Amino acid sequence: MSTALLIARREFNSYFRSWLGPVLVAGVLLADGLLFNWFNGLDQKQLSGAVLQQFFYNTSAPTMVAAILLTIRLLAEERQTGTLILLNTSPVKDRDIVIGKFLAAYAVLVLATLLSVYMPAWLFVHGKVAVGQIVVGYLGLLLLGAALTAIGVFGSALATSQVVAAILSAVMAVVFVLLWMVAKASEPPLNQYLSALAVHHENFRPFMQGILQPSGVIFYVVFTYAFLFASVKVLEARRWQ
Amino acid sequence: MIEIQELYKYYGDQRAVGPLTTTIERGEIIGLLGLNGAGKTTTLRILACDLLPTSGSVKVAGVDVVDRPDDVKAKVGYLPDRPPLYEDLSVGEYLTFAARIRGVPSAQTAKLVAEAVELTELGDVSKKIIGALSHGYRQRVGIAQAIVHAPELVVLDEPISGLDPVQIVEMRELVKNLKGEHTVVLSSHILSEISETCDRIMVINAGKIEWSGTESELSVALRQGSRIAITVRVAGATEEAAQARASEIAQRVPGVSGVDPAHSNESGPGIGSISVRGEGDLRDALCRALVQADVGVIALGREQELESMFLELLGETGEGAPVRRKKKRRKDGEAPPPGAQAAPPAAPTEGGAA
Repeated sequence: MSTALLIARREFNSYFRSWLGPVLVAGVLLADGLLFNWFNGLDQKQLSGAVLQQFFYNTSAPTMVAAILLTIRLLAEERQTGTLILLNTSPVKDRDIVIGKFLAAYAVLVLATLLSVYMPAWLFVHGKVAVGQIVVGYLGLLLLGAALTAIGVFGSALATSQVVAAILSAVMAVVFVLLWMVAKASEPPLNQYLSALAVHHENFRPFMQGILQPSGVIFYVVFTYAFLFASVKVLEARRWQ
Repeated sequence: MIEIQELYKYYGDQRAVGPLTTTIERGEIIGLLGLNGAGKTTTLRILACDLLPTSGSVKVAGVDVVDRPDDVKAKVGYLPDRPPLYEDLSVGEYLTFAARIRGVPSAQTAKLVAEAVELTELGDVSKKIIGALSHGYRQRVGIAQAIVHAPELVVLDEPISGLDPVQIVEMRELVKNLKGEHTVVLSSHILSEISETCDRIMVINAGKIEWSGTESELSVALRQGSRIAITVRVAGATEEAAQARASEIAQRVPGVSGVDPAHSNESGPGIGSISVRGEGDLRDALCRALVQADVGVIALGREQELESMFLELLGETGEGAPVRRKKKRRKDGEAPPPGAQAAPPAAPTEGGAA
């Protein structure tokens, strides 16, 4: 685990040695702020739980996009520049490489997400919203971010270039986000399974409303674990090529 | 230090390495010599545990690369053909990361990094960002990362590639300095790049070790059967007559197996050139025979340098013969080059003499 943290620390610092980290954090905050103003009008009468719910719904989009953008480079860039070989020829488990990379990207995403807390805090001061809804909403955002980060890590593990990684991750993300639409057009019981697998719709809505359902938490944890596990297997398989 | 038994590596249906069996002793500097695609990099990647063998056994310091890869990795330092450098880090930060990732305890990291920096003479640039360094310095940083954890075995894939003449000399010294504390295996496709550095050279072709021995043994082996170019002057003769006279004399010299007319770089009355094929170094015998027969020898020497003879040898011995050589021969309509006729001496035994 200490090796994973070593990799995570190097990767996290690397985000902020280049433009990628600051620009992405700033971009997420800008998008969050613009969407907050646009949809809410900030009328005193409207500062309620519904506004907060709308805030979490809006914020989920920049969070998902940022997760994919942050992860594109993780393994694909190392493969492209030949630095992955340093990790592969060191006594490091593939699991530690994947966890380290995931943690670094996720830490940047958590930073960007939590920096938006001034908006719910403003609602809390000037309107009528429950702290519980804020906490649960952020928990949902972070779990959603973890799931999308895991998809991105998997896409980056599969690809040999960053362009391919970006396309793969974006396609997988769109598929899992839009599964609820496919579910809508499907017959039972298939629609229930598809709806349950959708990474945003049914699974995220309760968090927006401040409802903490264990099934939602378990879904995101299992989803994240499954994609990270698949990423480890991809790295292992490459050595047998 | 290294025991390789019946190693095979396939990429799909294509055999990259195998059958490969060899032993490398502790403290040796071994040069793996072969053309591009001969299997050098694949062999080195297997030694460094970056690739798994398809079959066979590879042991480093008695530890199997398949059974206990992490234990092997801790004993090996690897520099791939493109140094694995994080360009956003400074040299010091990068070497610290490389040491820590290879399991060096944090208390010892600073000391080992300082030693690697000193050995590779990177002190002047240790605080510089790697992305701003020249190719020569990057290569040094690549070697520093391979030795920073004090490995028993250092594997260097084409460490001299792309360096300028001054850097090549410096790199040779650096590799020589690794001797003693480390066993070193390095690869190259250019003989002269490694001949001065290595204790022993292994010629690899089509995934097999064709030959193994010291540089002087290799030199003797390659020169067996090389062609000798002779330019003569026969007073009052035409070029054809001069060639015919020289050929007649040369054919009588013991050891000569064939003589062909050749194009002469010089022109003038009575000047002609021939190309003589034979076993061993026949230069002095040919010169003596021609002069005794009153034929003036203007120029005499091997047609090829050691380097090109080596390439000819590899081009003709195995399945991996490069296409460009076959094409050239067809175009010229010549017989196979002489280097191909003399099979390399069978010296697969360790340190065996040619």
